Amino acid sequence: MTHALKGIAHQAIPHDSAAKHVTGSANYADDIPEPVGTLHAYLGLADQACGEIIALDLSEVQKAPGVVGILQAKDIPGHNDISPTGLKDEPVFATKRVEFWGQPLFAVVAKSRDQARRAAKLAKLDVAKEEPCLTIEEAKKRKQPYVSPPLKLERGEAQDALSAAPKRLQGSFKVGGQDHMYLEGQIAFALPGEDEDVEVYSSTQHPSEVQHMIAHVLGIASHSVTVSVRRMGGGFGGKETQMNLFAVVAALAAKRWNCPVKLRPDRDDDMAITGKRHDFVIDYDLGFDETGKIVALDADFAARCGYSADLSGPVTDRALFHADNAYFYPHVTLRSHPYKTNTVSNTAFRGFGGPQGVIAAERFIEEIAYALNKDPLEIRKANLYPSSESLETGEIVQTKALTPYHQVVEDNILHQLIEELEHSSDYQARRAAIIKNNQTNALIKKGIALTPVKFGISFTATWYNQAGCLLHIYRDGSIQLNHGGTEMGQGLNTKVAQIVAEAFQLDLKRIKITKTTTEKVPNTSATAASSGTDLNGMAALNAANKIKDRLIVFAADHWNVPSTSIDFLPNHVKIGDELIPFASLIEAAYMARIQLSATGFYKTPKIHWDRDKGQGRPFYYFAYGAAVSEVSVDCLTGEYKVERTDILHDVGQSLNPALDKGQVEGAFIQGMGWLTSEELCWDAKGQLRTHAPSTYKIPLASDIPRIFNVDLADWSKAKEPTIKRSKAVGEPPFMLAISVFEALSMAVASRADYQICPRLEAPATPERILLAMEELNAKKDAKGAQS
Amino acid sequence: MRNCIHILLNDQPNMLQDVGTGEMLLDFLRQKKRLTGSKEGCAEGDCGACTVLVGRLIGKELLYEPVNGCIRFLSSLDGCHIVTIEHLRGYDGQLHPIQQAMLDHHASQCGFCTPGIIMALYALWMRVAKPTREQIEQALQGNLCRCTGYEPIIKAAQMVTQATDWPRSDPLLEERQRVKDQLKHWQDDSSIALTKQGDLGKEHIFIPKNEADLAELYAQYPDATLIAGATDAGLWVTKFLKTLPTLIHIGQVPGLKRISQTKEALILGATASYEEAMPVLLDHFPMLKDYLLRIGGWQVRSMGTIGGNIANGSPIGDMPPILIALGASITLKSKQQEREIELENFFLDYGKQDRQPGEYLHAIQIPLPSDKSHVTAYKISKRRDEDISSVAVGFNLIIKDKIIQSAHIAFGGMAGIPKRASHAEQALINKPFTQENMIKAAEKLTEDFTPLSDMRASAAYRMKVAQNLFRRFYLEHSAPQMDDKTGEAAQ
Repeated sequence: MTHALKGIAHQAIPHDSAAKHVTGSANYADDIPEPVGTLHAYLGLADQACGEIIALDLSEVQKAPGVVGILQAKDIPGHNDISPTGLKDEPVFATKRVEFWGQPLFAVVAKSRDQARRAAKLAKLDVAKEEPCLTIEEAKKRKQPYVSPPLKLERGEAQDALSAAPKRLQGSFKVGGQDHMYLEGQIAFALPGEDEDVEVYSSTQHPSEVQHMIAHVLGIASHSVTVSVRRMGGGFGGKETQMNLFAVVAALAAKRWNCPVKLRPDRDDDMAITGKRHDFVIDYDLGFDETGKIVALDADFAARCGYSADLSGPVTDRALFHADNAYFYPHVTLRSHPYKTNTVSNTAFRGFGGPQGVIAAERFIEEIAYALNKDPLEIRKANLYPSSESLETGEIVQTKALTPYHQVVEDNILHQLIEELEHSSDYQARRAAIIKNNQTNALIKKGIALTPVKFGISFTATWYNQAGCLLHIYRDGSIQLNHGGTEMGQGLNTKVAQIVAEAFQLDLKRIKITKTTTEKVPNTSATAASSGTDLNGMAALNAANKIKDRLIVFAADHWNVPSTSIDFLPNHVKIGDELIPFASLIEAAYMARIQLSATGFYKTPKIHWDRDKGQGRPFYYFAYGAAVSEVSVDCLTGEYKVERTDILHDVGQSLNPALDKGQVEGAFIQGMGWLTSEELCWDAKGQLRTHAPSTYKIPLASDIPRIFNVDLADWSKAKEPTIKRSKAVGEPPFMLAISVFEALSMAVASRADYQICPRLEAPATPERILLAMEELNAKKDAKGAQS
Repeated sequence: MRNCIHILLNDQPNMLQDVGTGEMLLDFLRQKKRLTGSKEGCAEGDCGACTVLVGRLIGKELLYEPVNGCIRFLSSLDGCHIVTIEHLRGYDGQLHPIQQAMLDHHASQCGFCTPGIIMALYALWMRVAKPTREQIEQALQGNLCRCTGYEPIIKAAQMVTQATDWPRSDPLLEERQRVKDQLKHWQDDSSIALTKQGDLGKEHIFIPKNEADLAELYAQYPDATLIAGATDAGLWVTKFLKTLPTLIHIGQVPGLKRISQTKEALILGATASYEEAMPVLLDHFPMLKDYLLRIGGWQVRSMGTIGGNIANGSPIGDMPPILIALGASITLKSKQQEREIELENFFLDYGKQDRQPGEYLHAIQIPLPSDKSHVTAYKISKRRDEDISSVAVGFNLIIKDKIIQSAHIAFGGMAGIPKRASHAEQALINKPFTQENMIKAAEKLTEDFTPLSDMRASAAYRMKVAQNLFRRFYLEHSAPQMDDKTGEAAQ
């Protein structure tokens, strides 16, 4: 009978807001009507990157048309601090030193946004200029401090094994950062209440953190602060901590002037003020044998963290957690170097350091493949962690499935997944054809690559792996669902509602998904780490089951039937031989004074992590996927096209195949942007020169693969009892785009008959491709001259 | 003089008097009209979240174009129909077929870009009932989506047209006649003057309807900002927060919009937009199609004018290199005089052009090619579409009996102004058209240019790719079919 229901778990139904999206009636924070008297705040930013502040002259700001007042550090009643990890290294407004170009110094409040924005530009900043440290190379040279303690992961004896390895090579690889380019920029809208109360609408992935920060800065208790978000116009990690500043300033101003205050930076300022994906330089020493099996690895992961820690500690940790990607390293040492630089403080971004780890692992594979003149896919297969079956049957011992952090990879399905994809994409025949093309076509070189991904699911901060839900059933049988997760387009609300719909056997339309607010569910975790559905779905199911249990006890008693004879059927409940509408049961339960509201809670089992030892089980399970991409490159200009991409991705038993597929496709293209056209450039003075879509180029419709086949591995079932045996999907497919980068690398490598690993850095802009080809030509000529 | 402007906003006629010089359409929609479906994503015309349609009468026809509301001066819209996402609907009051297709294909995730994307697609279907994938991608050049990866959007766009009753299922077709009548009713020949008290003083807006009024006004207000498509000037307001005391909109002067042709030349009025000029340009220069379709996005090509691309004096400007290579000249007019100069002489130095106070660009004259002309333009950018060139080049070689008779090659992005590669050109004249000679000439570029490194490209890449494009030109123009075209005997 369940087939009659619309919108329960595992069905491919549209996003709950889709009809509102397409009609323009979905409200974002800036669409909330402004009460009369609403003021607008704007931030005044440093136009220097580094040095002691000598003077900040705000007299012209104060005099500008429409200005109501100015907020500086001295106007903060609580703490001038919004560091999310409690390190007190991130002031709301800089006081003594400027640490990066674009650092907020003050806020001006005016009658209109335009007036506030113009006034903010009138400040005069005098700084005792110092030479800013802008890059990782410079940070290494200057021995810059770390923004948070580095991590070391170690297993076996890497140095000894490297010395004894049949083959050994060293290299360095640079991978760029990335701006989130959420289409809806940062915004906060604060409304003052009585006493110390303040209500804030924030575009945030982490309402509880906004609440906490506002209380901290205003010097009030958290119970006075309510933070709400109905939806974001994209988050991608950029609203996990970065919204704090805007929300805190709006709240400060709202209380100070007792008026509603909105703060919405212009895109250029948003990009200057907010953190981005970390760029990394990875130095490695790699040992392997003639068959391409990795023997040992010693690698250093240096990251540009910016001027403060923000989430750089856990981000650089996660880079190390993923520096193995899908491969077993018999002996390994990995070190992180979270360097402080005079740039904006880098932050969370889909994958959270993982992509930088994974792409490094894939570079190691490439190094081996080109050194041995083999297909990189062969090297990948040779080094994969053992399959879950081979561990279960005891064919392979668990010590061969140990990650550098000593967690056993118990659920690896990549062997089957890669094999399926290799066949469905016709990889071998196409690769042969491409090699043939490259021999004869002097101008257009092609490349193909199949890259896998294994991604660990759970917050590595173990306490974050908890979630709450508040579920109400009203007398008419309609349900209101509140959970701690936030909706940024990923369809979290839809999936959680589907879970509740299935629990009660109701059509989805009976369930109202509300905005996320700290009033309903307290102490929530960020909607991040791909964990939104895993955590909140479980919490919602817990709440639903509590009410169901009460209803069953009630019905058994009321109708005098055994509880085993009560069954929830589509939009009805079977009680003994009687079938009544769900709403009738609810009304009866209400009249009998049964509580029709429940909280739900969930915490992820099994996980633990000892950072000092570098050992534990930080991840509940792993999500897997693989992609094959084919590219063609114009040797005269370095321009390229992605001709075809085939993806097979693992989401376990999908809760909603349509939304999951959307996540896979979207993440892939976003990852492709990271590795191709999205380039962040700072000038020598430390000013970001790519600060808006005019200069910072994310993919367009015409950039996506000409043929794009995306499938979910529907046979996969989460080994652990996750919500309905599904798996997280937000981040893992982002790394499938590495197949594009490696395919480009192959096209470049063709210039030296695949005998030299190209020094291609990310992002692989046409410029980098052309220059890498030139470099390879020169190397090939030098090699030819030697022999 | 009229002291107000009229716009039809969805189905509501509006008469506006109190319009500021810096007031943009998007702010008007969102703040004054509470039509919040159109979004601000970048405020510089690059993300398309604010895309709305602007309909205007061209003779008897009603033409709708997608525009970026964020950088479109509200005062430029006199006599126009503005269609926002809120106006779209189906016959049954439910979803419009395009909206339904987007929903069915899961083509929205966060939803913020969705209204803009739907408006761009709707504009496409008004032109092309059954667009190809390529046309869909072109229509979306000016729209960013950060969530979906575009695949479901393209699928949705393709599916709409497969409905058998498309495009008759578009209920907005019915209102066209009423809209025409309304816009026609507002049409008059009288120029417009608006005044508003701004924060920093009086703001004046003039909308001359004939060239005499324009010349007179510009003589009177030589510091006024001339506004045509505003795809650059819009950013002076939204990004650089410039206060513009006086605007003169030149888009309603018929004489400046005119596109005509003589035996020798094609003449583009200064305010002809890319979209308007493209068909006639492609008639004579079909090989420029790829290049022209890579200028801006569709919204920018609909609003932006070729005259503006010249007059703003950008060192990169997409059109000047090829126009210089083609030997184009421009006509400058003022109240006192009219003069014609070679386009290449217009660009004096970085940020400096040969234009006197009160003088405006009237028209661009492009000599027609001979049958021996080999013309091509190339653009190099980080992203293929809607990106500012790192290098742009126009080639115009006249080749007779395999000998290069004349060579006009001009680059953008290689110097402070769009500039000819005179050493390279010299190296080609009277030489056989061979790969070797093209490569030799390319080497001379180091004598012509010392490019800069910036966020778009390094100096080394600019030089390298500029040189390589000589080879590309040779390979494309030495193929047998090109020989056939130029009447040369293939050997």
